[in-house]
Amino acid sequence: MEPPVNLDHRAAPLRVAIVQSKPRKGRYEENLRELGEVFAQLTAAQPAPDLVILPEAALTGYFLEGAVYELALDARRFAADLARTWHEAAGGATVDIACGFFENAGGTYYNSAVYVEVEHGKHCVRHVHRKMFLPTYGVFDEERFLSRGRRLQTFETRFGTMALLICEDVWHAIMPTIAAVKGARVLIVPSAAPGRGIEEDDELGSIARWREILHATAAEHGVYLLYAGLAGFEGGKGMTGSSRVVGPRGRTIVQAPALGAHIVRATLDMREIDLARATLPLLGDLGAVLPDLLLDEELPLPRGLHASGH
Amino acid sequence: MLPVIEAGTGPFTQPPTINPAVTADWLVAFLQDEMRARRSVAKAVIGLSGGVDSAVTAFLCARALGPENVHAIRMPYKHSSPASLADAQLVTDALGIHQHTVEITGAVDGYLQLEPEADARRRGNVMARVRMVVLFDQSAKYAALPVGTGNKTERLLGYFTWHADDTPPINPIGDLYKSQVWELARYLGVPRELIEKAPSADLEADQTDESDLGITYARADAILSHMLEGYSNEQLAERGFTEHDVRLVRRRLDGTHWKRHLPTTAMLTNTAINEFYLRPVDF
Repeated sequence: MEPPVNLDHRAAPLRVAIVQSKPRKGRYEENLRELGEVFAQLTAAQPAPDLVILPEAALTGYFLEGAVYELALDARRFAADLARTWHEAAGGATVDIACGFFENAGGTYYNSAVYVEVEHGKHCVRHVHRKMFLPTYGVFDEERFLSRGRRLQTFETRFGTMALLICEDVWHAIMPTIAAVKGARVLIVPSAAPGRGIEEDDELGSIARWREILHATAAEHGVYLLYAGLAGFEGGKGMTGSSRVVGPRGRTIVQAPALGAHIVRATLDMREIDLARATLPLLGDLGAVLPDLLLDEELPLPRGLHASGH
Repeated sequence: MLPVIEAGTGPFTQPPTINPAVTADWLVAFLQDEMRARRSVAKAVIGLSGGVDSAVTAFLCARALGPENVHAIRMPYKHSSPASLADAQLVTDALGIHQHTVEITGAVDGYLQLEPEADARRRGNVMARVRMVVLFDQSAKYAALPVGTGNKTERLLGYFTWHADDTPPINPIGDLYKSQVWELARYLGVPRELIEKAPSADLEADQTDESDLGITYARADAILSHMLEGYSNEQLAERGFTEHDVRLVRRRLDGTHWKRHLPTTAMLTNTAINEFYLRPVDF
């Protein structure tokens, strides 16, 4: 099936709702039922959102250690669960949903996020992104249990080209850079960020760091950045929520508090992207220079026969 | 039910704001660099009208150069409001800067008696241009640099006399909308009377800027700030501005680009100044 590219997507507004979830650790079915109540709340307040975004590990909790193998799901099964839950709550309403989950891909396990389109009770998995940068230091231990994703792909939606980046993915500037160069106008970032750092004036240091990264990323590439942060404490580690929509000029449009479950809603004017890029044409500049940078022979990149030692 | 946090749309129709402390520090550094470092000029002359723009400029110059190096020139015409003179005096008194009063009636009327049919617009332009003659001559007298006082709103709306108000070689507030000038004025401690009164060019009795323009500064500033970011009239109307206001501002903006440029010169050679022969202003 061809992607449902809406040629008018640059003018159509995008109503987005970020669900800052606070799941019960490991209780997938229970969390899914609660998500159904949130979906019902979202559709009860018209206009209903076009796109619903949830955090990383939104329906299981993040720190699972070995239990990740018990809770990881096939992407198609997870997407079907999301679609069925929406359908039961909202009937035939059309929606796109992006949500983080632990994926079991035939015995290889990933920290993934799915983008699924739901319409009239049917659904279509538009994209699955597998987290490429797995934090394995300090409090984090992802790579002990999970495999790295190997590809960063953008994908077409009825609102234009998007990309999914999970948590640490977006801390590496080259990830949003490549997504933007490949055409992404909206970056969806499901995240689970344990809070730390109490030296700052008015917020945790890790929240301030996230804000700086998200603002700089959105402004550099002229993209909307939709950040869904997991909430709640997990074994003493408080997830910092702070879900937010950042506009293509690098400013937060709306933000949730750090603590507790919330819904964040915004209507995005997609024409803002073109205006921001006209004002600050960094992405256009990058497209011209990037090949020169990547062809630099001093870079430690595979170089075909030369690099393989022949 | 989860608490819902909705993105607001309010600020879009509000005039742009500033951090006045950061802005003031920046403009003081600008004045010091442009005058002392680049031009080796220690003194400023400012046409002090009694309005908030020239008051803010005087406050900034006093901070940057010291009050003893600032010469305020009041240039009343015989029909100028006495309140303007008094308000200018408040600024001088607050800062302890030099003040000189040069009546322009003789110079203006000396010319206009030859042109008795001149309407209010022509008469106003003559007054504005005579004031510039005086200001530049006073700057030579005091070995000082004339400092401009035009704000961004009037520059964008073309609400000034070309080659008059806009002639001083440096202008600290020309990139601040009127609403932002008011904000800066409050921060700098400009006397309240000047901030609260209706802005006026004081070229005619009971004249106010906002009645001349047909729109409030707050509304014009909000619209202009978005137009300069690239928003179309349709987008602005969608977001809460009236079509009347948007069209009014667009017409004034689009009709006055020429006033924000030097004279248009016919290009004849491949050494045409500012076309081929290019040097930055501070080179």
